Amino acid sequence: MAKFEKANSVGEWLDQRLNLTTFNKVMMTEYWIPKDINFLWAMGVLLATTFGILIISGIFLMMYYKPDINLAFDSVNYTIMQEVAFGWLFRHIHGVAASVIFLIIYIHMFTGIYYGSYKQGREMIWISGMLLFMTFSAAGFSGYMLPWGQMSYWAAMVITNLFGGVPVIGPELVVWIRGDFNVADATLTRFFMLHVFLLPITIMGIIGLHFYTLRIPHVNNQTSDEFDFDTEAEKYLAGNKKESKVIPFWPVFISKDLAVLGVFLIFYFYLVFFHYNFAMDPVNFDPANNMVTPAHIYPEWYFLWSYEVLRGFFFDIAGFKAFDIGLIAFAFANAIFLVLPWLDRDPKILPAHKRPMFFVWFWILMVDLIVLTVYGKLPPTGTNAWVGFFAAVAFILLFLILPIVTKIDAKKRGSL
Amino acid sequence: MRELKILAVVVALTLITYWGVEPYAHSQMHPHVEPADFTFSDLKEAVAPVKELKGDVTNGETLVTSNCTACHSIESKGFPQIMDNVSSAAAYGVTPPDLGTSGKLYNADYLASFVQDPATTSKVAHKYVDGKVHPMPSYNWLQPQEIADVVAYLKDIAPKEMTNKEVFADACQRCHSIKYADMKNGTMAAFTPDADIKKYMGKLPPDLSQMIRSRGHEYLETFINDPQKHLAGTAMPRVGLTEESQAQVIAYLEEVGDSKKVQREELGPKFLIYLVIFAIFGFLWKASKWRDVH
Repeated sequence: MAKFEKANSVGEWLDQRLNLTTFNKVMMTEYWIPKDINFLWAMGVLLATTFGILIISGIFLMMYYKPDINLAFDSVNYTIMQEVAFGWLFRHIHGVAASVIFLIIYIHMFTGIYYGSYKQGREMIWISGMLLFMTFSAAGFSGYMLPWGQMSYWAAMVITNLFGGVPVIGPELVVWIRGDFNVADATLTRFFMLHVFLLPITIMGIIGLHFYTLRIPHVNNQTSDEFDFDTEAEKYLAGNKKESKVIPFWPVFISKDLAVLGVFLIFYFYLVFFHYNFAMDPVNFDPANNMVTPAHIYPEWYFLWSYEVLRGFFFDIAGFKAFDIGLIAFAFANAIFLVLPWLDRDPKILPAHKRPMFFVWFWILMVDLIVLTVYGKLPPTGTNAWVGFFAAVAFILLFLILPIVTKIDAKKRGSL
Repeated sequence: MRELKILAVVVALTLITYWGVEPYAHSQMHPHVEPADFTFSDLKEAVAPVKELKGDVTNGETLVTSNCTACHSIESKGFPQIMDNVSSAAAYGVTPPDLGTSGKLYNADYLASFVQDPATTSKVAHKYVDGKVHPMPSYNWLQPQEIADVVAYLKDIAPKEMTNKEVFADACQRCHSIKYADMKNGTMAAFTPDADIKKYMGKLPPDLSQMIRSRGHEYLETFINDPQKHLAGTAMPRVGLTEESQAQVIAYLEEVGDSKKVQREELGPKFLIYLVIFAIFGFLWKASKWRDVH
């Protein structure tokens, strides 16, 4: 055992046992971030904060929520919304944060794509991030079921039904997921468990992993400038702060994050108090009723693009059933981002505006995703169905041609 | 400058997406309907002969007490309910309304037309086919003067002021529950028992506790005025509420279904002011820390 001297202060006592000084250096004051960044680099801290908001508001909601199909709706809409002091505030905070966090996730994700921060050593950052996207999606979906409103019920019905398309085990899989032949009490209680326990725990674990993956390859910067972090850190520590290309996480990087966070929170709390219907769909204030199908069933806005890829294939092609093609396309849409680092065949890390073909590709992707999102909500009839079909095909093609697009850029530059 | 450009792009893409999935998508899913018509202009022709005449309250009283009180109560004038709600629902299909407040709740033209032809006036004639008849017979044999007298009497006995809850009870509660208004004692259940009203309407009319959140003001304003506009073929009758009474019904739905609205709207600005101060300090701190590194 190490030899312990008598400590002269609580801080010293703790330092002897936990080595907090070093820990603080490694995690905060000597954790180096590039200086050449813009506000898009604050999205990580925004996400961590929003996740914190979700956890805290969720804890308060869980104190009154009742996961039972006969009690759930009233426990949310009467007990929490009307009886509990500020229960409505916690629900609005939770519901709106659940929606807004996806906006920030998407900004974070497309920032990564734009600046090429997913490749050449940063693959694990990207993959752990995409795992977070998937687990957050599962959390969003399971949480949406809990108020047991009309949209809770019918979205659960439609989405669990999709698993029926899995070859061989499909029908059994649906029953296994639902815990019943229908979406019923057993479905609600298991999604409650997933939402309040398994998924948050998993997300916390992956957030830890995501932070850790940044350690070795380091955070990217605006110009994808590659430099030696140790040399730059030495410059900084020697007092050459202006010349150094890095800043410490605490307090320099975090001070900028906090300024951005301030603006974000104004926007977010404006939505919480005055503009929440986009996140708390009015249809879900009708209690679940398995005898009445709502006129329009649609998922939350953040699922619409992949939902439209699924729905876009509305007619049989060459003997394949529309449902099966849609399902395959849906699986493709949800998995393809994971392998993005290997679809990009350009060996150099550069922001999109330094990669002419990729730049065009990126903005077409953005437009296509917005088209898919909007048409994912519109009734799939007439022209809408065809717009959805072509946008879905375009989405798939975009990823199929990505290796070629990136190779052309590299060749023109002479990197290949 | 570059950061502002990036911000502009992010904001623009967010707003375009928002516009597409909210205002635009909803305009496509819920087609626009004509605004509420509180003059009930479709009844103009039917009530034209009545409108020319001045009703006589005394004669109206005679007509109402001899024709209406066999089924309808007028508690304020000493005509109590003849049967309790359960029995009268069993007898008529739905509990008949007390007439003491009708003159205030309902538009006068509507009342004049309703007395002559309840099914057509309330736009539910499509329910009464194959020998089925509206529980209230058509008093189309009354002379225009007599109808004017009946309406004059109903207006005369109606109270001048009613609370939102009283309006709701008389106008809606015969068919609809609003359980959140009294979760503990259940006094805000529909007057007609579930089984009877289900048989009468074809399905159980929804509990109205959360209608203010699920439908919102705009929808309710046009829907209550004429349910057929949004739900063609619905069994819900047009009840003929005046603009004022309908506003009271909607206000009541809001009192019950969105009881924290006032608190929400008071607290919101305080949160935002706090966060503006937070953001200012954030920027000041950022400026102080970045001064050394730039």
